[in-house]
Amino acid sequence: MKYKLTTPFDEKLIRSLHAGDKVELSGTVYTGRDAAHKRLVALLDAGEKLPVDLDGQAIYFVGPCPPPPGRPIGSAGPTTSGRMDAYSPRLIAECALRAMIGKGDRAENVKSAMKEYGCVYFAATGGAGALIANSIVAAEVVAFEDLGPEAIYKLELRDLPLVVAIDAEGNSLY
Amino acid sequence: MRVISFDSVVTTVAGLCGQAACILPDDVLAALHTSRQKESGELALDFFDQYIRNAELAKNEQLPLCQDTGFAVFFAEMGADVKLDKGTLYEAVNEGVRQGYLKFFLRKSIVADPLFDRKNTRDNTPCILHLKQVPGEQLKLTLAPKGGGSENMSALKMLKPSDGRQGVVDFVVDSVVKAGGNPCPPTVVGVGIGGTMEYAAFMAKKALLRKIGEPSADPRYADLEAEILQKINASGVGSQGLGGDITSLAVHIEYHPCHLASLPVAVNLNCHAARHAEVIL
Repeated sequence: MKYKLTTPFDEKLIRSLHAGDKVELSGTVYTGRDAAHKRLVALLDAGEKLPVDLDGQAIYFVGPCPPPPGRPIGSAGPTTSGRMDAYSPRLIAECALRAMIGKGDRAENVKSAMKEYGCVYFAATGGAGALIANSIVAAEVVAFEDLGPEAIYKLELRDLPLVVAIDAEGNSLY
Repeated sequence: MRVISFDSVVTTVAGLCGQAACILPDDVLAALHTSRQKESGELALDFFDQYIRNAELAKNEQLPLCQDTGFAVFFAEMGADVKLDKGTLYEAVNEGVRQGYLKFFLRKSIVADPLFDRKNTRDNTPCILHLKQVPGEQLKLTLAPKGGGSENMSALKMLKPSDGRQGVVDFVVDSVVKAGGNPCPPTVVGVGIGGTMEYAAFMAKKALLRKIGEPSADPRYADLEAEILQKINASGVGSQGLGGDITSLAVHIEYHPCHLASLPVAVNLNCHAARHAEVIL
């Protein structure tokens, strides 16, 4: 199936998506790579509030290029999701994170958390960073600015082409 | 003795960084078009169209093909009859990287210490420079920016000589299949056979620079390249690891004499945005 979706998501919608569905995603998403994930999980451990509200949201695993003049962002394709496997289940279980966007397969612990709490994993097109940048209409750093390209950005998407690679029932295209 | 100015190397390297990041080499683009014809997977065909549109957009808008503008890896061939007016080639190339990554809005992806503080150096230095002295009075610089996603899927094994040809086929195919969607397939597969442990790895990386699909000059190795490619593509891993007929665009093997006790084999992958640019000064 083909869908046009907008964030934030509710659990029912997420559970209705199936591996292989094509999605064009619009709305707000947050970026995060391993360094940012490590800090988010440390904040959870310390019982502190996260700098971003992930309830119903999507995290895009990306470290973008700096914006050239006149553009909101530089190239911005997905990074390898496996590096976030150690952290994702915590965000899914404790923050109601509903979607992740990246490239490559996920570990079993991530898939079980996705099934239990209702979360999908979208594949963005790895190595097509310029094309993806054209689907990002606004970008601002909202946390961990000192991490440079690994900071958390708030992105505004318009029709970013994605594929449901692993759904909330545990079906996977990998 | 010909003298090249330090500053001209800096300027040239800076330009090379922008060129390599934004312009997909013609041979890679041609390979994407050819491979698209052989693809039958529905999702995969979509991906091929995106790769081609990405290359056009990157070139026209001067945007990096991929946000991971990589570790700046240089292969330099410096004539024995040429020298710089000041400093070393390593210093000049690093200064060029510093300026180029800033000027062309490329991502700075290098951390100063690999294990402890992992602090970003903020200018993408230091580079990696493989310097070879050759006859003549030219300086040839080839830049192959290397992304982390594909580099992380590298593999090296010291096979037993008795493992032979089949051992090489199995190891290379297995490495590429295990990498799945992580290195952004369709990949270019660089293989180094022989030499020592570190030289096999060097050859695997250097093999990625060969024009795509140009077979090894030695027919035995050309045959091996074809067999490995056929087996990789029969795996069905496909574009982005989401299935399809084309997992790799090409397999390139470099080989070197080795110790009678050894058979080192290294595998290094490039994603479909197989970047490299060269210049002769």
